[in-house]
Amino acid sequence: MNTIVLLALTGLGLAALYFLVASGLSLVFGLADVLNFAHGLFLGVGAYGTWWAAGNLPGAGPEGLGFVLAVAFGVAAGTLVAVLVELVLIRPLYSRTIEQVLVTVGLSLAGVALLQATWGADARPFPRPQWSRGVTGILGAQVPNGGLLLIVAAAVVLGALLAFLRWTRYGLIIRAGVENREMVTALGIDVRKAFTLVFAIGGAAAALAGALGGVYFGTVSPGQGGSLLIFAFIVVVIGGMGSVIGSAYAAVAVGLLQQFVNYYGASGVGDLCVVALLAVVLLLRPQGIAGKVAHA
Amino acid sequence: MTEPILSVEDLSVRIAGLHILQGVSFTVAPTGVTVLLGRNGVGKTTSLRAVLGLTPRGGEARGTVRMGGRDLLDRPTHRLVRDGLGYVPEDRDVFAGLTVAENLRLAERRGTTPAYDRVFALFPELDRRGRQRAGSLSGGQQQMLAIGRVLLNDNRLLLVDEPTKGLAPKVVTEVAEVLERVAESVPVLLVEQNLAVVRRLATDAVVLSAGRVAWAGGAGELLGSAELTRSLLGVGSPEVRA
Repeated sequence: MNTIVLLALTGLGLAALYFLVASGLSLVFGLADVLNFAHGLFLGVGAYGTWWAAGNLPGAGPEGLGFVLAVAFGVAAGTLVAVLVELVLIRPLYSRTIEQVLVTVGLSLAGVALLQATWGADARPFPRPQWSRGVTGILGAQVPNGGLLLIVAAAVVLGALLAFLRWTRYGLIIRAGVENREMVTALGIDVRKAFTLVFAIGGAAAALAGALGGVYFGTVSPGQGGSLLIFAFIVVVIGGMGSVIGSAYAAVAVGLLQQFVNYYGASGVGDLCVVALLAVVLLLRPQGIAGKVAHA
Repeated sequence: MTEPILSVEDLSVRIAGLHILQGVSFTVAPTGVTVLLGRNGVGKTTSLRAVLGLTPRGGEARGTVRMGGRDLLDRPTHRLVRDGLGYVPEDRDVFAGLTVAENLRLAERRGTTPAYDRVFALFPELDRRGRQRAGSLSGGQQQMLAIGRVLLNDNRLLLVDEPTKGLAPKVVTEVAEVLERVAESVPVLLVEQNLAVVRRLATDAVVLSAGRVAWAGGAGELLGSAELTRSLLGVGSPEVRA
């Protein structure tokens, strides 16, 4: 029983990480038709931004409010990079899919190389609060606090995103744009502003994943974003392009499946099962769990 | 002679290597309904969409489209719409996942007061069904929503593409009645296949054939001549009432 609770909660922690990366990726693809391979870079910027701020930014540090400030800095850095990427590199290439893929793949490679050149290729210990290194007893299982932090953060982000999509004007534009971008334009709305906004939201969520992923894993390394991005793409496809709630369901399914199969089967078999799940969903329901609708 | 509200000169549209429009020229009068007619695939919808800057990816539109002395072709669609070009697309294109009220709210323009009174006076059902998802409306109700969305704002010209397509005869009559009332206050460029509706609404007609203008003149003159309707549209003079 203890093992099942522990596996379920660590699986949900992993799911939370996937969701934070996948939600923005899904909205960007659903609205703007951009397959953003550079999304992992935003995660890297968030992780390294938090790591750097904790050691160098006045007032920031590994504990208490100082840590909150460090995470806020990392998230702000990730958001800024995402907005700049959209404005400078993606905007001139809307409707040019091949060029978009080339640019975002190139950017993700260049981003990792830049992080490596600046701070080295080796993983660095992540400055994290003392309490996050401990465990909490839940139903007899000793669950790492870093994982619980990720679950809470992802739940808050999910609630905030759904409220944003449901109650704000831009949320309405994004939901409509995911369905039919051309018709949004034909109602007199400059949909490009919504593109920038979804990049900003996606960048912020991914950067938060980077910061909290650093807390969870205890280290930060240049390639972290890229490896998480593969599973985030799988989550997006399973959940349905453009659906935040679909991404949440898919992330939970992928995280739990991976964790349980890796434990009860052989290590690595969980990853294979995730790919098999992707294949099954593509065969039975190609539009994903939620279809192409930005649910609020 | 009255200045036209819209003037299209030598408009050519090429999509995927095909010349859909080949130097089309026509004008839209500042009052009444100008109808674009022609057999399937002659470029009616393409003309409407080119005016609004909605030529698809990889396509190219050339020529001159003027409204109020301003060339429209190089301007982005959302600006044209804000400047008073209202568009009701061929397949309604309501946002199926949004409610009726959200579909209408999306059409509100910043800095103007949305005319909900006008819309609900014409379509009281939209008021009653505000919380219903647009995707669950009938075809006729979706058409009402598509027209209502445009009428929420004051427009200088309405572009309406096949508003009666696929609708039941009773609903066709209702849509025609609404458009007749709308056309009393704003000029309309209409694409329509139903000649009974055309007879009821149109003041002027432009007939396209193979991407070119085959005939232009008064709608009454066209529809009053069995020979013209047969040679240009391939049908006899309309008898059905709308």
